[in-house]
Amino acid sequence: MTQGLINVAYIGATILFILALGGLSKQETSQRGNYYGITGMAIALLATIVGLVTANYALLIGALVIGGAVGVLLAKKVEMTQMPELVAILHSLVGMAAVLVGYANFLEHGTTLTGAEKTIHDVETYLGILIGAMTFSGSVIAYLKLSAKIGGKPLLLPARHWLNLGLLLIAIWQGYEFVVASANGGGLEPLIIMTVIALLFGIHMVMAIGGADMPVVVSMLNSYSGWAAAATGFMLSNDLLIVVGALVGSSGAILSYIMCRAMNRKFLNVIAGGFGTTSTSSASSGPAGSAEDIQSVDAEEVSNLLLGAKKVMIIPGYGMAVAQAQHTVFQITKTLREKGVDVRFGIHPVAGRMPGHMNVLLAEAKVPYDIVFEMDEINDDFPDVDVSVVIGANDIVNPAAQEVPDSPIAGMPVLEPWNGKKTIVLKRGMSTGYAGVDNPLFYKDNTRMLFGDANDSLSAVFQQVSA
Amino acid sequence: MKIAIPKEVRPGECRVATTPDVAGKLQSLGYEVTIEAGAGLAAKFRDDEYTAAGVTISNDTKALWADADIIMKVRAPMEHPDLGIHETDLLKEGQTLISFLWPAQNADLLETLAAKNVNALAMDMVPRISRAQKMDALSSMANIAGYRAIVEAAQHFGRFFTGQITAAGKIDPAKVLVIGAGVAGLSAIGSAKSMGAVVRAFDTRPEVKEQVESMDAEFLMLDFKEDGSGSGGYAKVMSKEFIEAEMALFAEQAQEVDIIITTALIPGKPAPELITEDMVKSMKEGSVIVDLAAEQGGNCKLTEANNVVVKHGVTIIGYTDLPSRLASQSSQLYATNLRHLLTDMTPEKNGELTIDFEDEVVRGATAVKAGEITFPPPAPKLSAAPAKPKETPQAPEAKEPEEEKSSASPLWFGLGALALIGLGIGAPASFMAHFTVFVLACFVGYMVIWNVTPSLHTPLMSVTNAISSIIIIGALIQISTPDPWVMWLSGIAVLITSVNIFGGFAVTQRMLAMFRK
Repeated sequence: MTQGLINVAYIGATILFILALGGLSKQETSQRGNYYGITGMAIALLATIVGLVTANYALLIGALVIGGAVGVLLAKKVEMTQMPELVAILHSLVGMAAVLVGYANFLEHGTTLTGAEKTIHDVETYLGILIGAMTFSGSVIAYLKLSAKIGGKPLLLPARHWLNLGLLLIAIWQGYEFVVASANGGGLEPLIIMTVIALLFGIHMVMAIGGADMPVVVSMLNSYSGWAAAATGFMLSNDLLIVVGALVGSSGAILSYIMCRAMNRKFLNVIAGGFGTTSTSSASSGPAGSAEDIQSVDAEEVSNLLLGAKKVMIIPGYGMAVAQAQHTVFQITKTLREKGVDVRFGIHPVAGRMPGHMNVLLAEAKVPYDIVFEMDEINDDFPDVDVSVVIGANDIVNPAAQEVPDSPIAGMPVLEPWNGKKTIVLKRGMSTGYAGVDNPLFYKDNTRMLFGDANDSLSAVFQQVSA
Repeated sequence: MKIAIPKEVRPGECRVATTPDVAGKLQSLGYEVTIEAGAGLAAKFRDDEYTAAGVTISNDTKALWADADIIMKVRAPMEHPDLGIHETDLLKEGQTLISFLWPAQNADLLETLAAKNVNALAMDMVPRISRAQKMDALSSMANIAGYRAIVEAAQHFGRFFTGQITAAGKIDPAKVLVIGAGVAGLSAIGSAKSMGAVVRAFDTRPEVKEQVESMDAEFLMLDFKEDGSGSGGYAKVMSKEFIEAEMALFAEQAQEVDIIITTALIPGKPAPELITEDMVKSMKEGSVIVDLAAEQGGNCKLTEANNVVVKHGVTIIGYTDLPSRLASQSSQLYATNLRHLLTDMTPEKNGELTIDFEDEVVRGATAVKAGEITFPPPAPKLSAAPAKPKETPQAPEAKEPEEEKSSASPLWFGLGALALIGLGIGAPASFMAHFTVFVLACFVGYMVIWNVTPSLHTPLMSVTNAISSIIIIGALIQISTPDPWVMWLSGIAVLITSVNIFGGFAVTQRMLAMFRK
């Protein structure tokens, strides 16, 4: 196979990858998009294996088969509620691969570059490994946090910004050392030091970020894995890697931006960690209403309200995922719809632990996607809604974001169930949400609280509704 | 503590202060409940039903009053026709009386109660705040009165309410005008509407327009700007010009509508006269007026309290006991209101009543405490109108980030341009070719990703994850090397990226297959 043919194959793969991402713009075309992606990957792999690999086939095939089997097994086994964990751990693999490829490339000494080109190549290698190592350790920590193997609370070391700055300076200095040493045929030592620093940096960065900021972190790591691939592409002078890396990198960056906007936070502010550490403590101390104003209800009354309503809006949050309540939610939805109640879902962009998390959970429970709406699509409809059901969500339905200018979440766009006639909030207790802000919604006189585990409560409601 | 429920002594009063159902719940608060024999009969609650609920029946009125700690009634105490003494004479020191008292109109009664050294709570003085809605007996009664007003009107009206096209010809729907869209007015609107009538409503408080329209009735507007909202959700007296405009509107409507329900009341004042004799004359033969303000003098000039009269061919209903005419329902709601009040006043659920003046509701309702007149309570500062200034703090909030962005962007543009120029000077041609590809790919990605629907963001992440494993190419290129270090590093890289490729695409496929219509 000539280099020309390989390049043509790469161009084809690139186009297929772009089509794959384009296909995701609508549910109808999304599966076709995924097939484009698979085809693109197959073409790229085939062309490379046939055209460029000349030896060590046993190792190659063995690695492919084992890896592929593990991957398929993971994909089959994973619960939809665990998707964020899976995505995080897959990101870590991309990061690790970038590090390995970078080291392999450095050790091979195959290139005969000199002068500026040599310097640029060294910088590319260095950057590829740096980003890869950060992605790797950051994703591992994100995985541990998401799967609750370590606590979700942000770890805030003293002077952590100075620590980060110090690590960055050392990384730059080691980069310089590396380029100088590499010109003389050495350089392994600064490369290893830098890798360790990058790993530490990734750990520290994600440790400092709390549970509800996870959507931003997961999409940010997604972006990093793309940049790592792009840097590797530069290192290997391979346009396919550069293009795909850039696609993935910008995709993750856009997702991060969307998530930050949905929380009304600045990206740097999230990355720097520690949600509102300066202002939360004072602003959140007082409850937003007196405990007497809380009106709790039982499952029977909830079902009466639901059956008496014409329009129902369900607002799921992370609590629904934790309680695995999506199937019960769907059964209630189905029963109500059969009885002529118009049930819809309102999804806040940062509900859950990764972008689109709620949509996937509802899809898993067979909720038709044409009754699932984004915040911007349905927020104006609330005045017509008879009953809104908030399941395990707090900050995303907090009127304080609009009403209390000095609240830590002020200005964050929120769903507005209080404009409807009645709101039912399912909650385990009166604890505050992630942001540590009390929620005035719970004290409104058209709000009713149903305390308890979301799935238990909803099962009771379902029995009443279907009785 | 013992609660006593005497039989209502006012002629025609059919309500009772507790029902068997509620009596059971009062006992779970720790109270003993005794009821006078036959007290619930007029409201269709038999003595044996009370007995079944654990209530003691007493035949001796005097003993009933004497043994109790708390007396719960509907009507304010009055002359007892059978015993020949005033009910207040049956009270003794330390007892608590809970009933409608109308303390503003009954100053003498308050003096008597104070002299008896008792506590007296007026159910009509429960403040109109959100938390006290469940104890608001006035609203409960007004709701019933509004419903009953329509039922009474229907009985005296010679036609259907709803319009129909029948084989025998077309029937026009009745037109109903409701003046005053308070609780009673809204209830009347709902009832008339559900019977099929065309309903119009008028109120001096503009904030009720939405409520009226939400019930599918037409809100009549005056071409006149004046807000009639007083404190506590009630109306206030309007200016002379406003009243003139209002009267002109009523005169015009009177010629057109078949039924008028008037519910206009201003707290502590005689009812405003809204329907003049001329207006009644101008109404169609057979029309009906139901005057819910009859007790306070009536909104209609010709109303006679407690009577139905026909004047100028118009039936004018002046009943003042509409809730009592639906005694089962009103007893049930009143008893529940009382129970909620007692629940709040019995925080320990031990059957001990505490009169806590820190509690705004109890403070408002208490007219006499331990022989001291505590009426009027400090005024509650709450109007039913939605608080408006909430919108304002939002505006500056939203502006801020935009300003920052616009001031920052030229700087970033400048820096970006400088960096690019620097790159152009320093970098070799081969790098620039790759860099071009990179920048273009970033833009393509930017354009494509914005089109992705937010509900597919999770599949987007898993598929980008799979394709970012294209990094496997890098490993493949290097795997054929003789150097064992490089070979093994590449081998491991192939292994883990293939986990990613297969896993990523497979899980994406699994997710996408779940999305269905």
